[in-house]
Amino acid sequence: MRFPSRRAIFLGLLPFIVLCFSVGWWDRIHPFVLGLPFNLFWMLVGIVFTSLCLALTFRLERNEPPAERDQP
Amino acid sequence: MNPGTVALTIIFALIGAGALLGLLARGGHQMDLEQWTVGSRGFGLLMVFLLMAGEIYTTFAFLGASGWIYAKGAPALYILAYLPLGQVLAYHLGPAIWQLGRRHGLQTQADFFAYRFGGKALPVLVALIGIAAIIPYLQLQLTGLGIIVELASFDRIGRDPAMLLAGVVIGTFVLISGIRAVAAVSILKDFLMLGVVVTVGLAVPRIHFGGVGAMFARLAETRPDWLVMPGGTAHLGHLWYVTTVIICSLGPIWPHGFAAMFTARSGDTLRRNAVVMPLYNLSLVFIFFVGFAALLLYPKLANGDLSLLTVVRATFPPWFLGIVGGAGALTAMVPAAVLVLTAATLFAKNVFRPLCGRELSDAQVGRLARFIVVCLIAASLGLALTRSTSLVALLLLGYDLVSQFFPGIVLGLFWKPVSRAGVLGGIVAGVLVTAFLVLTGRDPLNGWNAGFLGLVVNFTVTLVVTKWVRAPAPGAALGEAVSAR
Repeated sequence: MRFPSRRAIFLGLLPFIVLCFSVGWWDRIHPFVLGLPFNLFWMLVGIVFTSLCLALTFRLERNEPPAERDQP
Repeated sequence: MNPGTVALTIIFALIGAGALLGLLARGGHQMDLEQWTVGSRGFGLLMVFLLMAGEIYTTFAFLGASGWIYAKGAPALYILAYLPLGQVLAYHLGPAIWQLGRRHGLQTQADFFAYRFGGKALPVLVALIGIAAIIPYLQLQLTGLGIIVELASFDRIGRDPAMLLAGVVIGTFVLISGIRAVAAVSILKDFLMLGVVVTVGLAVPRIHFGGVGAMFARLAETRPDWLVMPGGTAHLGHLWYVTTVIICSLGPIWPHGFAAMFTARSGDTLRRNAVVMPLYNLSLVFIFFVGFAALLLYPKLANGDLSLLTVVRATFPPWFLGIVGGAGALTAMVPAAVLVLTAATLFAKNVFRPLCGRELSDAQVGRLARFIVVCLIAASLGLALTRSTSLVALLLLGYDLVSQFFPGIVLGLFWKPVSRAGVLGGIVAGVLVTAFLVLTGRDPLNGWNAGFLGLVVNFTVTLVVTKWVRAPAPGAALGEAVSAR
């Protein structure tokens, strides 16, 4: 199988940084945002961000030559 | 009508509707093994989404997520993180696995290992570990279903009859419609679950506290410790969070995750699905709200897993309880169906056939798998009815064990030199380390998730043994599985 491109790996790593590795930074109660403790709010943003990163990966890969994509 | 009768009628109606959808899903399809296990690889985005949402969103989300918030607090946030992150992996691994599956007719996870690495021991071991991880998962679904139906019907239906009924319904639609049934029942289940979860998550804080913001303001005053890690626990801090999220994000490599991947019509179907799926997990936050509400309303519950149903029962009219009960029952039945289907196929095709009867045709394997479905449901019902609790601990172990397949899968897909001996050694070492740590009560070890430590050992052993033992793997298979860039 073709290994994911460097851009794709970078875009896949970002959500892990946002939702996982940076936990020490965002795991706190204040400031409240939209009535939610900061950590809960941060996670919701992170989830949407994950989806956006994957959508962007999909867009970028779309532009690659078709021969590179799934050959049945 | 008294409240119990109202709720009971609605629960039965919803289970009946689910069963009907499951049976109708067969359509005009000839149910050979290929159709039964992977839907003849013809599912589009909607069907794949429903199937995977059905697998991910189990009774654990319904009872466990609110239970963790109630009993442990902020460490439960890991549940919000690992599902979306798992989709990053699914995005990249899914299409690669799908492609091999389509080319070579792979139907199970053990088929993948057999194709890529050859041999007998490795695929059989992978199948057995997969089945061992699935059985407690199956029992947990049935137990959860029993609890939900009992509470939602105001104790009019006991746990045991509820589980028996569900077992029969699941067995019937799996036998008749295979994996198509799972996707079809998911339509009703997801629709109901989303409705229930959003309604409950917004209404409960509003009715009892005046709104979500007001509820959290009160929590910040009275239980601030619960809102950040380690919450109500001693050891579930940030290091635990990071290592556990990584282990759990490997969720898409569960054996039934493979089955779902193989059903897809194309690799892009899986990519699109991975893009959308994280957003679905936003709905879990509403369940968290209810867990937090229960913490303020009923701080002395003996079992946190009952917090959601306790709050719902005290807040809503009987007919709504009926919908919650029906939705909860379907939420257990959908994953239970796909689990039983996967485990039965693994056993018939990847354990029984290579070990005991090489001459079996696919049609015979299909018949054997259907027989195993009945056996597995009976066994899980037996475990659930006898209230065997030791298996709940085994479920957590199951997650750690299944994650040990990761090096074999990811290296098998993308790194040509990796050898069968390496992968086999890695899995054995990883499983032993993890099982030892978990079963001797050393999880987490100084804050590290045991499965994560097992995975580190696993990767190391796989690489070292691969360097040492340069066994020639099946040439043709290799060349295809790992083409140069």
